[in-house]
Amino acid sequence: MLRDFRLPEFDAPPVELPELEQAHDTTIVSMGPQHPSTHGVLRLMLKMDGETVIKLAPVIGYLHRGTEKLAEHRTYTMIIPYTDRLDYLSSMYMNMGYVLAVEKLLGIEPPPRARYLRTAVAELQRLASHLIWLGTFALDLGAATMFIYPFRERETILDLFERLCGARMTYNYFRFGGVMADCPPNWIQEVHAYLHEQEVRLKEYEAVLTKNPIFLARTQRVGYISGKDAIDYGLSGPSLRGSGVHFDVRKDDPYEAYGEVDFNVATDNAGDCYARYLVRLEEMRQSIRIVRQCLEKMEDGEVQTKLPRAIKPPVGEAYVRVEAPRGNFGVFVVSDGGPMPVRVRFRSPSFANLSALDHMCRGMKLADVIAILGSIDIVLGEVDR
Amino acid sequence: MDGLLHLINLCWGFMAVHEVVRSLFVAICALVFMLTIVLVVIWMERKVAADIQSRIGVIRTGGPFCFLLQSLADALKLLLKEDLRPTGADRWPFYIAPYLVFLPAFMAYLILPFSATWIPQNLKIGILFYSAISSVPVLGIVMAGWASNNKWSLFGGMRAAAQLISYELPLAMAILAIVLLHGTLETSAIVQDQWHHWWLMLITLPSFLIFLTAGLAEVSRTPFDLPEAESELVSGFNTEYSGMRFATFFLAEFSASFFISALAVTLFLGGWSLWGVDTWCAANIFHLDVSQWNVAIPATIPFLMKVCWFGIFMVKSFLVLWILMWIKWTLPRLRIDQVLNFGWKVLLPLGLLNLLVMSVVGLYMRPIEPKMAISLNAPVSLPTSDSHAILPATANFRLPAAAKSRIPHPPAAPSAHPSVRQPDGHGRQ
Repeated sequence: MLRDFRLPEFDAPPVELPELEQAHDTTIVSMGPQHPSTHGVLRLMLKMDGETVIKLAPVIGYLHRGTEKLAEHRTYTMIIPYTDRLDYLSSMYMNMGYVLAVEKLLGIEPPPRARYLRTAVAELQRLASHLIWLGTFALDLGAATMFIYPFRERETILDLFERLCGARMTYNYFRFGGVMADCPPNWIQEVHAYLHEQEVRLKEYEAVLTKNPIFLARTQRVGYISGKDAIDYGLSGPSLRGSGVHFDVRKDDPYEAYGEVDFNVATDNAGDCYARYLVRLEEMRQSIRIVRQCLEKMEDGEVQTKLPRAIKPPVGEAYVRVEAPRGNFGVFVVSDGGPMPVRVRFRSPSFANLSALDHMCRGMKLADVIAILGSIDIVLGEVDR
Repeated sequence: MDGLLHLINLCWGFMAVHEVVRSLFVAICALVFMLTIVLVVIWMERKVAADIQSRIGVIRTGGPFCFLLQSLADALKLLLKEDLRPTGADRWPFYIAPYLVFLPAFMAYLILPFSATWIPQNLKIGILFYSAISSVPVLGIVMAGWASNNKWSLFGGMRAAAQLISYELPLAMAILAIVLLHGTLETSAIVQDQWHHWWLMLITLPSFLIFLTAGLAEVSRTPFDLPEAESELVSGFNTEYSGMRFATFFLAEFSASFFISALAVTLFLGGWSLWGVDTWCAANIFHLDVSQWNVAIPATIPFLMKVCWFGIFMVKSFLVLWILMWIKWTLPRLRIDQVLNFGWKVLLPLGLLNLLVMSVVGLYMRPIEPKMAISLNAPVSLPTSDSHAILPATANFRLPAAAKSRIPHPPAAPSAHPSVRQPDGHGRQ
């Protein structure tokens, strides 16, 4: 006889799954943390009646690295690389949120060139992040080829970033009062060339997906959440705007150079996976517009203000929110005047978005759970922090 | 005991020794052929996918052979890997399941007419045989899903059961339409019929599309790859399989993919023939004496011609397979309820409608000529103006209404069938 290697508590759900609907027979399925479509190390406990989901509970914490606690024992500058690892698919934005919060504490402003450069880089990052989302979302729905195409274009952005700051994923590009380095020669022309290509490619993606009957069948009326519920759950970003709520921090509370560029906020009233898909595609087009405007408005000049070597912000606290690709990313920094912050707190959009998963998934099929999870676009690095 | 001995004696009498040897030889040839084909199909799948995804694909093993050896290396790797059985797995179903899936996939090759006289086993029930054995893999998949003691496998198994059974019906409807039109179940006779009547391809186009769609579902390819939907069910029914047992599933799947394309070619696209262009070329360009060619007597056809036909068959099959791959690497996957809805509410009614139309077409619009009755079992000389003879060997297996009414100038036979049957058909119309 072979020994039963499973621990007795293995099959027990680690979270309470209350009886919600009297179904004839239910199964509890543990999806993840090793599963092809949970986008990292997420575990979903599913209570299922056949293929229909009755109740779902996300189990998180597999990627918890204690970033906030670590931040209490690092100087302000040393924390910037840690923010890279929060949402590792939009590191520039994580940098930006934290740097803006500390700048608010310090009461300094970056020079205009740095501001435009930061905005352009942040929007390129949004493009890269949405491209990954598009690829993985399509893969979740079974379209393997659409997984490759966006990754190909994202590669160009990574190359551009590599030329800009030497890294492809964890950039550590933002500095208090500026950026690490000015863009290299010809970089701006390369970005323009890339943006032109991306516009063409966006039409290609749309040709494969937007009107595909199977794609429509898999995304329309799947994962519906009303605008009110979306606000109640604290959704933000494309997931919120896909439910018809016109809220974008870039427009409503402009930071960096967003107040000086012209762009539209994409919204859709349907509130389903397809609406979130359309919103993200439109956002990609708007990002291209923003980057172009930033590059045009950028004039020669400094990219870094003079700062003392040791950053010691005055006693106080600062909260800054930015519109990261996944939604409203908030950073709260408390200073006691010393070289290290007393407390750094990150409000991550993926965490709030993930909390609405149960609401969206009830009564849906197993395959829909994958589609919905893909459509809210979570990054576990940010959920667990 | 005596009875048993008597039975054995009787069997031995029926089954001549050379028959046994021939069957064994054919079986081994078919197996080798199938394994080779699967290696090529896997290689092709990877290359086609790479091409569609703007990649290069396999570039490591077997450089001088277009990297074909990669599949061989993979097969060898799987062969050498540990054969794991998960704790709590239902032992025998777990072990048997892969072979239950593999065996029908292999057996189906028996009825494929690869060339004019090259057919592993020319069964008179031909296509019916396929319909029968194509139901068996479902059992293996459900067994694998159940025995693995894994919920993902179970989901995969259950999905497979629902899907494969649902799509067998439209598939059978499409096949039945062809059987009605050609009046025979023999795959070789169906191809010969299309050889002489290329335009039949146009009539059978709707059936072809229904067959291809249902066939996609039967072999579980995207958009119907739900039993092993990797982004949902990890790997579906074969999640817990490793090593050679996994390879067996894999082999069966790719073999089935090729088979469904080859069957589509056989039933709808003229099989090994080039719709008469081949014989025309042979007669007018190479000045061969085509009139003496008789499929029933292999010796009358030059070997080279048979090879050519074989090549035509393979090219056609791979073209259809390429279409399947193209579909697979383009479309997303359907959901299980959508798959079943589509099968029962769209494809099956379409199949029935098509069957109705085809039966009318088969009865009245089909100009029949005696030469199409040629089969390996029924030696007959090729077209002569006065021949009206349909040899009983195949005639027996024709559907009576269709077959009888097709004889263009029935001699004043006592049979009243043609005159009686026709009004019936009109009434239905």
